[in-house]
Amino acid sequence: MTGPEAGKASAARRRSAWSGVGAALTRPAAIIGLGIIGFFLVLSIFAQWIQPYSSSTPSCGVFDPPSPAHWLGCDDGGIDVLSLVIQGGQVSMFVGFTSAGMAIIIGSIFGILSGYFGGWIDTVLMRITDYFIVIPQIVLMIVVAAVWGPSLSHVIIVIGALLWTSTARVIRAQVKTLRERTYIHRVESLGAGHLRIIWRHIVPQLAPLLIANAVLAVTVAIFNETALAFLGLSDPTAVTWGTIMEHAFDRNAISAGAWWAIVPAGLCVAAVIVGAYLWGTSIEDALNPRLRISYLSARSWRLRPLVGRGPDAL
Amino acid sequence: MHLGGYVWKRSVFAIVTIFVALSFNFVLFRVLPGSAVSSLARVPHASAELKHALEAQFGLDKPVWEQYFLYLRELLHGNLGVSFANRQPVSANLLEAFGNTLPLVATGTVIAIVLGIATGIYSAVRRGTVGETVSTNLAVLFYAFPTQFLGMMLLILFAGYLPSVGMSDPFAVGFSPGEQFVDVLRHLILPVTTLILTLYAENTLIVRSAMLETLGEDYILTARAKGLPLRRIISSYALRNAMLPIVTQVALTLGSIVTGAILIEVIFSWPGIGRALYSAVLSRDYPMLQGGFLVVTVTVVLLNYLADLLYYRLDPRLTR
Repeated sequence: MTGPEAGKASAARRRSAWSGVGAALTRPAAIIGLGIIGFFLVLSIFAQWIQPYSSSTPSCGVFDPPSPAHWLGCDDGGIDVLSLVIQGGQVSMFVGFTSAGMAIIIGSIFGILSGYFGGWIDTVLMRITDYFIVIPQIVLMIVVAAVWGPSLSHVIIVIGALLWTSTARVIRAQVKTLRERTYIHRVESLGAGHLRIIWRHIVPQLAPLLIANAVLAVTVAIFNETALAFLGLSDPTAVTWGTIMEHAFDRNAISAGAWWAIVPAGLCVAAVIVGAYLWGTSIEDALNPRLRISYLSARSWRLRPLVGRGPDAL
Repeated sequence: MHLGGYVWKRSVFAIVTIFVALSFNFVLFRVLPGSAVSSLARVPHASAELKHALEAQFGLDKPVWEQYFLYLRELLHGNLGVSFANRQPVSANLLEAFGNTLPLVATGTVIAIVLGIATGIYSAVRRGTVGETVSTNLAVLFYAFPTQFLGMMLLILFAGYLPSVGMSDPFAVGFSPGEQFVDVLRHLILPVTTLILTLYAENTLIVRSAMLETLGEDYILTARAKGLPLRRIISSYALRNAMLPIVTQVALTLGSIVTGAILIEVIFSWPGIGRALYSAVLSRDYPMLQGGFLVVTVTVVLLNYLADLLYYRLDPRLTR
């Protein structure tokens, strides 16, 4: 196969990997999810220009309540909370995306290698994964961050280096089934090398699964960052959603009744996580047709669709 | 897999995992660059005798591999060194903290699992109804809030009505045992509620998707065709088969339980393991830090092992 013919064939394959996913992405849940993530992405990209006040110099009184001038009130240092949250979003999203990216790369390398080659490579890599799954990650993160010292790059590395396990498991399972597909056997007998098979014929099929996993990994990374920051292990000078909540707690915002110093950052974290969850699970649901049917449906009596049965089974 | 093979494999895995954690702990604190600060004998304000005793016990002047064996030997004797902060043995500190953490985490986890199974089944069976939408979205919402945020919200809302600091009233002198018990219970309410809210959501989502998987199976159709009552189909057909993935996945949430417990203990000043770890970080108390890491890791590995054994009990295919 050469030129346009090969292109057509690979386009057809890509369509098959994405079949159903496209429809799932137009469901209201997926659109809301994507909208939320997009909103926060835009907000953090243009953070410098959007903030109404400086996020480092005071612009109002200590714990001033919300007012028309300061929509979300002020924190313990007289800094506008709205500006803080916008600025914090930038750093939190950065930490979330970079450490999730790191985790996805490590996870897919582990998953692809052990699913594709099998045998002792599979055994060794999956044993390592098992250990990482069992060890309580947050405690390990605390220990590592405490020994290395608090800094944002340490937080990113620690989260990324510990978050890859579930991706590795999921990708491995998928690669194992792909490995047995006829077209892979055909390409193999045509004499394609391992690298080419993996890169041209397996990775494209994994794309939707990888995206769903990446989105869910971003949420876990942002979550872990807030936890580490709350324990004082993030960079104390950096403004993130985690450190905003930590500062407010440390400086007695609660006894001062200054809920506005805590609530906005917490709501932002929750919003991003709900958004990513809605989007990620829409893709996952689309990839798992078994979830579409229930014989105990409360409303209607539906039979399982033919997708997922017979030779066409996913 | 024949009888015993599975249990044997899981046991070996648990032992090896604990051993890896012990060794990792050693490497992280003694061998890696920057860990010189963590020399166990550098207890501030300690007497010369104590320093000498620690140096001798852990062979701090000997080569690294010899230190490793001494470390393992002392560990088997329950010797984790001396806390920098209060100059008490780390093991005694940890034992006390562990005893305080247990009631908090055990109550919270058990309630969260029961609640999660109930709401999860409801969400799966009543799929497509308003009730399901509310219940599932509520779970997603609580799943999305950071633990510390939920804890602080409860503090703001209930601080005046319920005790919010520590695990007993410091002025409770002359309380009868009954009154003391009630006092501790009252102190438990806010931290346990926070833990339940954090954990139940994840459990709901796990149970819901496991139930949805089994509800699409042909044997559910058969059971329905036989005219079995709904309750029976759910409990003995759908849930019984969904239990396998549920046990596996709920065991994997042990990590979130640990995270939640640490954050909650910090927020509510609960004198448990999590708070011990937190203050060890703040005061650079390295012996306490590595001791705490070990205790939490070993506990989680053992609980995972228990989940594996439960899985073995639940899955007849493994016993055949």
